[in-house]
Amino acid sequence: MTSAGRTVRIASGQGFWGDWLEAPVRQVEGGPIDYLMMDYLAEVTMSIMQKQRSRDPSRGYATDFVPLMERILPTVVERGIRITANAGGVNPRACADAVIAVARKHGLGGRVRVGIVTGDDILDRLDALIAGGHALANMDTGAPLSTVRRSVLSANAYLGAASIVEALRQGANVVITGRVTDTGLTLGPMMHEFGWAADDWDRLAAGTVAGHIIECGAQCSGGNCLVDWERIPHLEDPGYPIVDARSDGTFAITKHAGTGGRISVPSITEQLVYEMGDPRHYITPDVVADFTTIQLAQAGPNRVRVTGVRGRPATEFLKVSIAYFYGYKAVGTLVYAWPDAHQKARAADRILRERLARLGLAFEEILTEYVGADATHGPLAGPPDPDAPEVQLRIGVRARERAPVERFTREIAPLILNGPPSVTGFAGGRPKVEEIVAYWPALIRKSEITPHVEVLEA
Amino acid sequence: MGLKGRASRTGRGSGAGRRSVQLRYLAHARSGDKGDTANVGLIALRPPFYPVLVREVTADRVAAHFKGMLTGGVERFELPNLHALNFLLHGALGGGGTLSLKTDAQGKVFSTALLRMKIPVPGNLDV
Repeated sequence: MTSAGRTVRIASGQGFWGDWLEAPVRQVEGGPIDYLMMDYLAEVTMSIMQKQRSRDPSRGYATDFVPLMERILPTVVERGIRITANAGGVNPRACADAVIAVARKHGLGGRVRVGIVTGDDILDRLDALIAGGHALANMDTGAPLSTVRRSVLSANAYLGAASIVEALRQGANVVITGRVTDTGLTLGPMMHEFGWAADDWDRLAAGTVAGHIIECGAQCSGGNCLVDWERIPHLEDPGYPIVDARSDGTFAITKHAGTGGRISVPSITEQLVYEMGDPRHYITPDVVADFTTIQLAQAGPNRVRVTGVRGRPATEFLKVSIAYFYGYKAVGTLVYAWPDAHQKARAADRILRERLARLGLAFEEILTEYVGADATHGPLAGPPDPDAPEVQLRIGVRARERAPVERFTREIAPLILNGPPSVTGFAGGRPKVEEIVAYWPALIRKSEITPHVEVLEA
Repeated sequence: MGLKGRASRTGRGSGAGRRSVQLRYLAHARSGDKGDTANVGLIALRPPFYPVLVREVTADRVAAHFKGMLTGGVERFELPNLHALNFLLHGALGGGGTLSLKTDAQGKVFSTALLRMKIPVPGNLDV
């Protein structure tokens, strides 16, 4: 194969922390790949990790990453595969140390180089930034961060692909980052392999589109796919997606032979529109991609070709993900059975709300839904079925203070004996009070952030 | 998906007049979230359906369809290259994310709620 025809295969091993544990293993073992990318960070994951690190300085990263390395690192090294993962959380150095320990344990010393990308964490700089005139205003409400400053738990800028490219350039075969954009985990390898310039907007946009397609794992390869879903084969063994990338910016999405699922124009299109705002301006640190330029074509079974992607210059800003402590919530459920299941559930809701009111408990919100009647589609579901076999009463409360939420959790079980009849489904026990960590999206100038790359050898 | 034989579900088809068809027979969809906003991507099941969707599934009609379920407005964007429309439904998720008490706090099935909507289609459209 000529260098012009060379493709680079970037596999998605995990769409979110909590995704299928088998997926990355099957990607590594199921066929040839060059890169494995994995996403470990949801919006408020960093706040959990900050808490862990404050209790123990050796923690604060995605600990699941280490047992995965135990399983796949020998094969990864053997096959020359490189890994990009944001498993570093707020302590990429500790994560890297753990991976190096795994490498040495498996006799891979000298063959594993771990790249660490940092510079995203601005928690310790917040007061200086605010004092310096950076309001870090909430992108949705416009409120300045100072209004919740006391409650902030974590603050991380979303870095782009450049640091990942640098780590790969320095020879890292496992790149561990803190907060980066999910698309960067795929775009970085493409920029590195093909030598794309930082202002090659169309190619960067193509790599960003590739990253968006595979960043949710099997959600583009047959998972959560509405078209002809009953006939999607063998979802018990779904093939996670692989970008088959070319230097000209065109690419295909495919999966390993012999796996289940389906890659088709409809399945890829569903993933393209997922979590999308204005399609002409899909903004990332690296580029602004125009999703209205994407051309899709089925190119054989379970293979979709993607061409035509155009992009515009990146903005001067990085998005910042800030997590802050908000308050408490709890959700209680009870199941009411036929006959008149919905009517009984409604009566229980009335009784419960009356009891809460008489106790003088103040909540920011009380929300009742009837699972089996209106929980997903609300009023669009039409009138409830009077002959429904069962309906689940689901009632949630939210408050700034813990005490009212705690008391609410004790008001569910009594309804079993002192409320409407035909009630069951309470064996799970008292609902738990949950702490709410809320998300505060803001922007910061790129000039304020200095990414840092370090490569350690096992 | 086999679409033949669905004519009986889509109202009287005289071939000449218009009839009312539920979006589930014309499009598929996927939804997601961005804070308290749900986005629904609506994708034509076949390319000839796309111009019908563009004409009939307006932001105003979608807002009316979701009356009482949103605290904000509806924006619409077109992706002719994908035969798709993208709708942003503001204030759909009870605060969204970790704040929301809803079963569908992340708007994952708002997609199917939109597919319940009925629109007029030309009588001779092969649904």
